[in-house]
Order: sequence, then structure tokens, then C-alpha cells
Amino acid sequence: MISESSSPAESNSATSSPSRTTPVIEVRDLEMSYGSYVVMRDINFTVLKGQVLVIMGGSGCGKSTLLKYMIGLKEVTHGDVLYNGKSFVKASQEEREEVQRTFGVLYQAGALWSSRTLAENIGLPLEEYTKLSEKEIRELASLKLSLVGLKGFEDFYPSEISGGMRKRAGLARAMALDPAILFFDEPSAGLDPISSRHLDDLILQLRDSLGTTVVVVTHELPSIFAIADTAIFLDAETKRMLVQGDPKVLVKEGPPKVRTFLLRGQEVSAPAGNKQVSA
Amino acid sequence: MKQTTATSDIARPTVKMERTGDQLQLVLGGDWSLKSPERLHAEAVLADLEREPGVKLIRCATSEVRSWDSSLLVFLWEVEEWCKNRQVKFAEDDLPKEISSLLNLATSAPEQQTGRGSTARHSLFYQLGSWVLGKIDMLIAAFEFTGECVISFQRILARRGKVDWRLYWLTLQECSAEALPIVGMISFLTGLILAFVGAIQLRQFGAGIYVANLVAVAMAREMGAIMTGIIMAGRTGAAFAAQIGSMKVSEEIDALSTLAISPMDFLVSPRVVALFLMMPLLCLYSDLIGIAGGAVVGAGLLKISLVQYWNQTVGSMGLTDIVIGVVKCSIFGVIVALTGCQRGMKCENNAAGVGNAATSAVVLAITWIVASDAIIDVLIEMLKI
Repeated sequence: MISESSSPAESNSATSSPSRTTPVIEVRDLEMSYGSYVVMRDINFTVLKGQVLVIMGGSGCGKSTLLKYMIGLKEVTHGDVLYNGKSFVKASQEEREEVQRTFGVLYQAGALWSSRTLAENIGLPLEEYTKLSEKEIRELASLKLSLVGLKGFEDFYPSEISGGMRKRAGLARAMALDPAILFFDEPSAGLDPISSRHLDDLILQLRDSLGTTVVVVTHELPSIFAIADTAIFLDAETKRMLVQGDPKVLVKEGPPKVRTFLLRGQEVSAPAGNKQVSA
Repeated sequence: MKQTTATSDIARPTVKMERTGDQLQLVLGGDWSLKSPERLHAEAVLADLEREPGVKLIRCATSEVRSWDSSLLVFLWEVEEWCKNRQVKFAEDDLPKEISSLLNLATSAPEQQTGRGSTARHSLFYQLGSWVLGKIDMLIAAFEFTGECVISFQRILARRGKVDWRLYWLTLQECSAEALPIVGMISFLTGLILAFVGAIQLRQFGAGIYVANLVAVAMAREMGAIMTGIIMAGRTGAAFAAQIGSMKVSEEIDALSTLAISPMDFLVSPRVVALFLMMPLLCLYSDLIGIAGGAVVGAGLLKISLVQYWNQTVGSMGLTDIVIGVVKCSIFGVIVALTGCQRGMKCENNAAGVGNAATSAVVLAITWIVASDAIIDVLIEMLKI
């Protein structure tokens, strides 16, 4: 289940070079709610360094909300989220910002700052957190853009490019500070199958070459099987997280609900059947 | 019960009831069309069913139905619901396959009620209460936002906050040079109107020259500041709310937050400072143009020479009048910027939310401008300035 990437992890952050088996992310008894309305409770899972975690679940079950809790956009009121063994919830504002700086987040629609060109979008985090000169920032921005296949689009505004390109530019921005953990909110939503596949490949390449830990929210089955080392399933009905495991295993041996989900609604018989699923 | 009477191309839909023991057969016939002039409602049939005690099973015969659409489905669906509520068996198997499969879809397990977006109706008192609570929350939120903004200034002054300087310069330009034409026009007309009102009254006493005093003091102390404030609320406050609101909808604000860049420092503070700095200048400009408007009436209607008008104006107002207006206008600037930004930050995550944010920013800003103007006037009176 753990990725077998060979290159050394470039730790560039608060991560004090944890070993391969250290949990980078731990979520303990997390409860998500809108006001007094509880969306999901008892969420427990761990992600090891270099793993790709997929958060699965039906529409509206709180996948994106879980992501917001994990990156600190929503205040955790019950439970805990730990990064490299340190509580993110109990941390002071400064410590928390330090951890946040090791995150890269790709939002659903890219969320590029519309008043800035692509190069400026990627440059902003660098401007803020490094002492690089303007020229170096520009070079780095060009590099990140060419990594996602957007070479030559430095001076375009987000409104001038297509949705798929915006998403890739968003990824370039998320990678600007060489994050230790990348979060993706529905990366393939609104993309055609081929672009979606390219994005999946890109995610895996990043993981393999930089040792980045990746958290992906998605319900695209092909993506799930292609990228996930481990996955969790959120069940809207019982308002609980059902299971954590490799989707290729879960599809054969997981709880019926998860198997039904992974088999695209196919009814499953109670114990593991002999269905052959190519992953 | 009802008999088929095929009069035109479209036959009336019919239902006959045939009772055998504890079984009841509904014989359906005719054209079941939403477009047919006469349609058959389930209530009538259900009322008849109520009068048949001891029915255990209901069957439907559809062989006489010539055509059907949703009108037949809705009829059967209601009959089925009725059966379900009364523990009567409904024999779906007799129905043609297309109809029974659609009925199955309609009666299969519904989506779970999530408790979100409940549409329950409440009593008048409940509504009134929640309206008041909502307004109180809004007031608290406004003060909280002001506090956050002050903290943000501290951060920026301590060089720990990241500011979008380009946004700052753009906002400066937007609420100074670019606002001149509209502020000028409105101020000129305001001065003109004030002078007209004064001229009509003062001419009766042969005191027409005092129009200059009226216009000068009114513009300097009140109208210059209020007019500038209201124009900027409509022009700039709404723009702030819409800009920040749409950034929120497209998750651009979230993207800033996760980079540990405070949206307050980055987006709100530069706007507040820009407006705070430019409003006094706009106010002075507005005063001047308003006085010019008054002079036009003075010269045209009252035949006062421009030199005389100017001398009268200068003699009539002191520095305090101008300072009061300018200070007020700075305060209005802060109000406009804060309400605009706050409404934007509190914007709901959809396109309609952005529109609502802009509207409420303007309404709130104008309300606060007028209210604070009144408060300042009372304070000035009490302090005898």
C-alpha cells in the first residue's frame, strides 16, 4: 500500500524528515457539523508519507467539507487533526500558519486570483514566503507552469483560459512552495476523460518524484483505482466513515456499501463474491 | 360510475369500479392525456373507494385505455399511495410493464432528508423573533469585522501582514480621479438646489446675498460630505462587495487563507485605507463645486456679482465648518469601505449571493452614513463646536 518511490523525499518544511512509516496526517474522532447539524462523526484515519489518500463518498456526504476541516478553513470543534504527530487543532495561530505553508491546495474550479496573471498567481506565495528576486520568482513560475503543460501562458489572466487549463494552473500554484502535502478537491470534476487521466498521471508523478503526500477528494471511479494507495469512504446514511483501505482490495473485500459504490451501484452479495474487477 | 362517451377524437378518461368479494377492480378506459379538456382527478375515485369497506385488494384493468401519459401515472400513483396508507394491497402486476416500472421508480426509496434547508412554516412571532436575532447578529458581525480590521492594521504596521499593494493603488485611483466627474456633477446640482431653495425665501426679505452663506455652510458642514458618502457607497461600496463576494464564491479567499495570507490584510485593509485617504479630498472638491453651483444661481437669478458672492462665501464660513465636513467624510469613507468589504466576505456561495451582497452593502452604508451624520451633529451641538 505504501508507495515505492525511490527518490529521496525533499523535506522543505516543518516536516522534520519523517521516515516512510510515519503517519504524516492523522485524523482522530473528527466530527463535522454545520451549526448544530452533524454531517459526519467518528472520522479516523491515517496517511503515511508519500501515500495518496482518496476521500470517497456520494454527492453531498461532506467530502469537500472534510478537506476544509483538514486544511484549517473550518474550525474543528470535536476531534483532532495531527500533522507529523503534532496537533493542528490545538496549535497556536503561528504554528498553524507554519503547517499551512507546507500545504498546497487545488480547489474545485482552480480558485486562481482573477485580477492576477498566471505567473503572478504562482508568484504570490513565493513573494510572501521566500526572499527570491522578482526574476527568480518569474523563472520559477514559468517552470511550474511548464510542469503542468502551460508553458507560454505566463501573462494570461485566468478568465482568458479554459476550465481545464485553469485547473492545471491551480495545480501549478499549489506546487509553488514545493508542498509536503497536496490537497485536491474534485480534481477531475468538469474535465474530459483524457484531461482527467493526465491530471491523475501528474499527481502520481509528483508523488513519486517529490515524495509528496496527496489527499484527493473524488468520486470518479477510474481516478480512484488509478491513484489511490489508500481510501476512506464517507457514508451519508449512517453519517460515519465506513472503512479505510486500498480500493483495489475494498472492491473485493470491503463492506457491501463500499463495494456497491466502487462497482458503480451494482448490487453485491453479502460476502466477497468472485467478481473480477480490473483496477 | 363513469361511462365512456367517445364524442370526439379524444375520448374522456373513465374509471369503472367492479367489486367481487374483498377485491375491487378499477377498469380504466379512454384517453388519459394532460391535454384533454376533461381530466379525471384521483380524489373523486378515492372518495368512492372510501365508501367501499372491507376491500383487501385493488386491481387495475387497463386494456380499454387508448392512450396515456403522466395523467394516468399520477392517478395510479395516488391510488397506490392511498392503498399503502390503508394497508390495502395494490396489484401492480396487472399493469402494463411501462406503467408499472415508472410507478416503481416513483415509489422507490426517496432521498434522505438531511435536515438542511428545512422549509417548515413558522408563526409570526417566531419569524419576528428570528428577524430581530438576525439583525442583532448582523450588528455584532459588523463590530467584529471592524475589530478584525483594526488588528489587521496592527499587523500591517508591524510589517507582518501581506498587503496587495497593486490593489491599494488601483483603489486609490478608482475612488479619487475616477470619481471626480460624478461627484462633481452631483455636488454642482446640490449647490444649485440649495441656492434655489434659499433664493426663493431670502429674496422676499431682500436678503438674497445670504444665499452665499446658506450654500457655503450647508455644503461645507453637511451636504458635501453626505453626497460624497452616498455616491461612494453606490459606486465603490457596491463594487467592493461584488469583487470580494465573487472572490469568495470562486474560493479565491480560501486560497489566500490556506497560504496563511489574511484576506483582511490583503484585500480589506488596502481598500479601507484608500477610501479613508481619498474621501477628504473628494469632500473638499465637492464643497468647492457645490459653492460654484450656488454662485451660478446667485449670478443668474439674484444678479449678485461673482466677486461679491465669493467675498460673502469666504466671510460666512470658518475653518471649523470645513474641518467638520472633511472629518465626517473620512468617517463615511471608512463606513463605506467596511460595509462593502464585510458584505462581500459574508457573501453566500452562489451567484445570487454576490448580488445580494452588493445591494445590502449600499443600503447598509447609506443607512450608517445618515445615522452617523446625525450622531456627529448632536455631538457637535453638545460640545458647542
